[in-house]
Amino acid sequence: MKHELPPLPWAKNALEPYISQQTIEFHYGKHHQTYVNNLNNLIVGTPFENSSLEDIILKAEGGIFNNGAQVWNHTFYWNCLMPNGRSEPQGELAKAIQREFGSFEAFKEKFSAAAVSLFGSGWAWLVKNPDGHLEIIQESNAGNPLRKGKTPLLTCDVWEHAYYLDKQNRRADYVADFWKMINWEAVEARF
Amino acid sequence: MKKFTKLSFAMLFFLGAFMLNVSAADWSAIVKKLSDAQLTAMSNQKPLPYAYNALEPYIDARTMEIHYSKHHATYTSNMNKAAKGQAFESLSLLRIFVEVDKYPVAVRNNGGGFYNHYLFWEIMKPQGGGLPSEILQKAIQDAFGSFDAFKSEFSKAALDRFGSGWAWLSVDETGHLFVSSTPNQDNPLMPIVEKRGIPIFCLDVWEHAYYLNYQNRRADYVQNFWNLVNWQEVEKRYTEALMALGITK
Repeated sequence: MKHELPPLPWAKNALEPYISQQTIEFHYGKHHQTYVNNLNNLIVGTPFENSSLEDIILKAEGGIFNNGAQVWNHTFYWNCLMPNGRSEPQGELAKAIQREFGSFEAFKEKFSAAAVSLFGSGWAWLVKNPDGHLEIIQESNAGNPLRKGKTPLLTCDVWEHAYYLDKQNRRADYVADFWKMINWEAVEARF
Repeated sequence: MKKFTKLSFAMLFFLGAFMLNVSAADWSAIVKKLSDAQLTAMSNQKPLPYAYNALEPYIDARTMEIHYSKHHATYTSNMNKAAKGQAFESLSLLRIFVEVDKYPVAVRNNGGGFYNHYLFWEIMKPQGGGLPSEILQKAIQDAFGSFDAFKSEFSKAALDRFGSGWAWLSVDETGHLFVSSTPNQDNPLMPIVEKRGIPIFCLDVWEHAYYLNYQNRRADYVQNFWNLVNWQEVEKRYTEALMALGITK
């Protein structure tokens, strides 16, 4: 099965001024595309040749896992973002966040801390556990919560390539801007 | 018969203990003899040995300025903060590294970030590159077959490192050179690596090291890096490592 780079859900300049068009051009057009290409090259002649990305995330190791998970993570990340996103979630998700973290503000603070403090490259996630509880976790490099039986709801990419052209070493500024472009409708639907 | 068994057991025990001692190098004693042993977790950044723009066009001035005055400075101050008032405050940083698994993770991350960058600045210079001098070239030939074979093994280590990290050339306990790579801010002195040694040469492959100039093209950055190597410094460190290991070649 040949994996394809899915189209972006918005124009490359749609997230400006928070994420520049140039960043999206490299992040989507080069990094994401390279993970797709690498994956297609690596799976040839392996048991993963016809596997879904989810299967690869659950079972693969090494380069196939790294590239497969990064394909999935980036597609998921793009779908977490949108221009002019709402500032807060609504409905059941809003209630669950309040139950779990005390308030939306407390959740934001905890998620931001997870994103800012992750050492090296990786992702911060809001996940739903099998028992229904929400949790904030950090994953290094290509890590993906599906592998631990957790359902991803929201993610923030904190590889330096996600923000370096716009914010350089100021990851905290990138994370602060992240909250201004979340597609809460998509996060609510996953929940 | 009984007596003989007892005796052989005792001999085996001593032989085993002796072999264990030989194979497990005393890294604490070794690193004490290196000149970098004077660094502590309370050390400050050393001034860059050249101007921010000195490594252009391979590494641009803006990258150097942010890398040195923001990233490296932050590791340094976070390391200082983690050590201030602690029992290990005045201990040699290299000695901390060899037992880093016994320290808080902030020491491993920020101490590593401080030292790895410190070494990185030292082993580069404007108008660098070319070939190492005879002593180091011979050691490279012995270990890798040829200088080109070494270059490609080192470049591969730098390119294959997934995520953030470093590529290294180090001297192992027998005085032999080897290439390795570590994630994040770990280094070959730390007991958490696959193979330990004294690092004498390194390349930063965190994206912050090259993203403003090269974006996703890490391979171009790695290729251009060879034009910046300060081989005299690397050779000085190689010779010092052999002396610390008590090896004469």
